[in-house]
Amino acid sequence: MLSKRIIPCLDVKDGRTVKGVNFVDLKDAGDPVELAWQYAQQGADELVFLDITATNERRKTMIEMVKAVARQLNIPFTIGGGITSIADAEALLNAGADKISINSAAVKDPTLIETLAKAFGVQFVVVAVDTKAVAEGNRVHLNGGRVMTALDTATWIKQAEELGAGEILLTSMDHDGTKQGFDLLLLDQISKSINIPVIASGGAGKIEHFTDVFLKTGVDAALAASVFHFGEIPIPVLKQELKKYNIPVRL
Amino acid sequence: MIGIVNYGAGNIFSLTAALERLDIQYGMINTEADFDQYTHIIIPGVGHAGAAMKKLNDTGLVNAIRALKKPVLGICVGMQLLTAHSEEGDAALLNIIPVNTKLFDKELGIKIPHMGWNNVDTKNNLLFHGVENSAQFYFVHSYFIEYNPTFDIAAVNYGAPFSAAIQRDNFFGVQFHPEKSGAAGEQLLRNFSNLKQ
Repeated sequence: MLSKRIIPCLDVKDGRTVKGVNFVDLKDAGDPVELAWQYAQQGADELVFLDITATNERRKTMIEMVKAVARQLNIPFTIGGGITSIADAEALLNAGADKISINSAAVKDPTLIETLAKAFGVQFVVVAVDTKAVAEGNRVHLNGGRVMTALDTATWIKQAEELGAGEILLTSMDHDGTKQGFDLLLLDQISKSINIPVIASGGAGKIEHFTDVFLKTGVDAALAASVFHFGEIPIPVLKQELKKYNIPVRL
Repeated sequence: MIGIVNYGAGNIFSLTAALERLDIQYGMINTEADFDQYTHIIIPGVGHAGAAMKKLNDTGLVNAIRALKKPVLGICVGMQLLTAHSEEGDAALLNIIPVNTKLFDKELGIKIPHMGWNNVDTKNNLLFHGVENSAQFYFVHSYFIEYNPTFDIAAVNYGAPFSAAIQRDNFFGVQFHPEKSGAAGEQLLRNFSNLKQ
């Protein structure tokens, strides 16, 4: 049976992971390779690296990091952040990335999804969507939720699927950082309206939030950052708990 | 030493990285003469099967591949190339293993692509030596190889059962990505490199 995936998300700046990480036995918490390896050992099913570097040198640094991760990691990983062209995507693919995640660039130019899917296959293209509920309904937001667009979230996701997205990474800005649980209603509605996998993101704080998202919605994977980085939820413990609820997981 | 057929079908960095981690030596096959340098052959592949077949045809290596008596392993689209036909691009393929590659049926209520870790029911085959039955491997694909009991050496269920791995004589194919499938995948690559000629 296809397992539900657990995906830690790592922020990367200038080739180093940021945010405090307190694993024991970690020699260098800023080293993306060591951290990735540690997560793979713990049973993470996949990893997402989000590049938040703002400098011009970013592409070169990122490629080196991706190569270093691919050399060591025996599970798949996705790279997101600042990918705007087919050249960016190709460089990451050739460095060993399994998938790329695009967000603002796809909103600004939806044909980018189609171009990337045709060039590298739909399995390579994750469309990340940040959403926030406003009076009119759920709207796609950019720049980490700071900029609202006129796009209705469900409509945009449907369009992204039609253009060739292979997967949707859906972050609820209303829930992100709250540790109060995933946006179950929206995630269920979206995952049932499309025929490609959905990764739930935003709001994980406790183990039961993960059981909820898998029992009460149709999502295929759940992503979180701080609860994993700070060791609040050890992945092996999480998976054992999911298994108790007959949620298919890889142990 | 493993020879990787270099026909331009997508990224092979992860595959070569996995072989390096396992201390398995490898090189690239660009010409027919290159086949002689290697004991085992891998046909990698991602992306579109029809397009991949066209690229493979362009290399002029097709007849040499068909004539191989050494262990050959096709991975993902590389496995699909070993079959007779793919619905992806309505393409005639190598037909080394006479089964067909088909598109998943979304009417079965499944999401496409089939993406993630799935349990593989292995048959007693050297390729899966030391891999526990029902171990999970990482899949990512929209087209699958129809189940055929004669050639199937591992089955997986997604909507319906299909072949996760096939074999005919010295030709092997796996739909999942062993280079991304954790310890089980690494064991499989090691097993392949140890197959007797």
